[in-house]
Amino acid sequence: MLAKIYEWIDERLDITPIWRDIADHEVPEHVNPAHHFSAFVYCFGGLTFFVTVIQVLSGMFLTMYYVPDIENAWNSVQYLQSQVAHGQIVRGMHHWGASVVTVMIFLHTLRVFFQGAYKKPRELNWVVGVLLFFVILGLGFTGYLLPWDNKAFFATQVGLEIAESVPIIGPDIKTLLAGDPNIVGAQTLTRFFAIHVFFLPAALFGLMGAHFIMIRKQGITGPL
Amino acid sequence: MSEKKNNQVSRRTFLNYTLTGVGGFMGAAMVAPMVGMAVDPLLQADGEGDFVYVMDEDEITEEPQRKTFTIDQEDGWYESQAERVAWIFRDGNGDILALSPICTHLGCIVDWGVQDDHPDQFYCPCHDGRYDKDGVNIPGTPPTEPLHVYEQRVDDGRLYLGRANPR
Repeated sequence: MLAKIYEWIDERLDITPIWRDIADHEVPEHVNPAHHFSAFVYCFGGLTFFVTVIQVLSGMFLTMYYVPDIENAWNSVQYLQSQVAHGQIVRGMHHWGASVVTVMIFLHTLRVFFQGAYKKPRELNWVVGVLLFFVILGLGFTGYLLPWDNKAFFATQVGLEIAESVPIIGPDIKTLLAGDPNIVGAQTLTRFFAIHVFFLPAALFGLMGAHFIMIRKQGITGPL
Repeated sequence: MSEKKNNQVSRRTFLNYTLTGVGGFMGAAMVAPMVGMAVDPLLQADGEGDFVYVMDEDEITEEPQRKTFTIDQEDGWYESQAERVAWIFRDGNGDILALSPICTHLGCIVDWGVQDDHPDQFYCPCHDGRYDKDGVNIPGTPPTEPLHVYEQRVDDGRLYLGRANPR
């Protein structure tokens, strides 16, 4: 049945070559943990991607209940956490996944750095990777405010003070992020929500696409 | 591979099936709680409506009167007071009837006796739906069932209304 559907589509659109290009390539021996256990360090990039997928999916479902408004944000989180079926699990996935993805992208960066895998001809991919790292950190920073509890509020207060410490343009950056020069409040929350749910994910998808196209084009680095 | 092994599962097929199975299981375990969360409104128990005082029994006439009352409404994390409307009167048998004004066609609000041609009917302005005084839809007009009736309780000469149910 499935084979028939696949054939029907393939006959019309010739998708097999596309599929081959994306997925059908050999894993070199030196990156295969089955051959050398130490090769597990090559898994961190893939794990980062895997956890990112979990983050995107769980985040989509969380927005079914979450309201980015100072009157309702905490109540809606409380509701989805305590009243909605599996809400605690899905929010837990998003909460812990946020930390896991940061750890994984950091380990991936360390691997690439210490193996010197960023060297020519892969400099551009390193640059894109560093941008991805900042995007992930930005997602963590903006997402932290959304539950609108005390921890979220004061962490954002501190984060904004750090942004303000940038020479010359610091105060402007802070106002731009918070939506108000003095208040961390209604406008901050909606801004952070928009950044967390629309702007940064858009950047994330674009950069991830570039990251993956480049690694397929250039191939993984050879053995040390 | 020899002829004898033709009906055996090859190593490649075995690995394919195992990996697809395990991967599918892991994917399902990941997505299941999320889907459960999305369909939660279907799983929520239908809350029982409280009865609210609307009017005194001796004020009820044979002519339908429009009465409003407020109920406590719990909408997820948001609690509020919602207004309800009932058309209340005594029918031919002297029984109290409290009709919901929500048209059974597409949910507009009906009004009593506003049409000159049909002064003794409920009328819906959206698609000219009409109901007789007992709330039964007039054949040939859009509504497909009678107006819903509020659950009622008379206590010490006071009329209390609950939720509106189809007849």
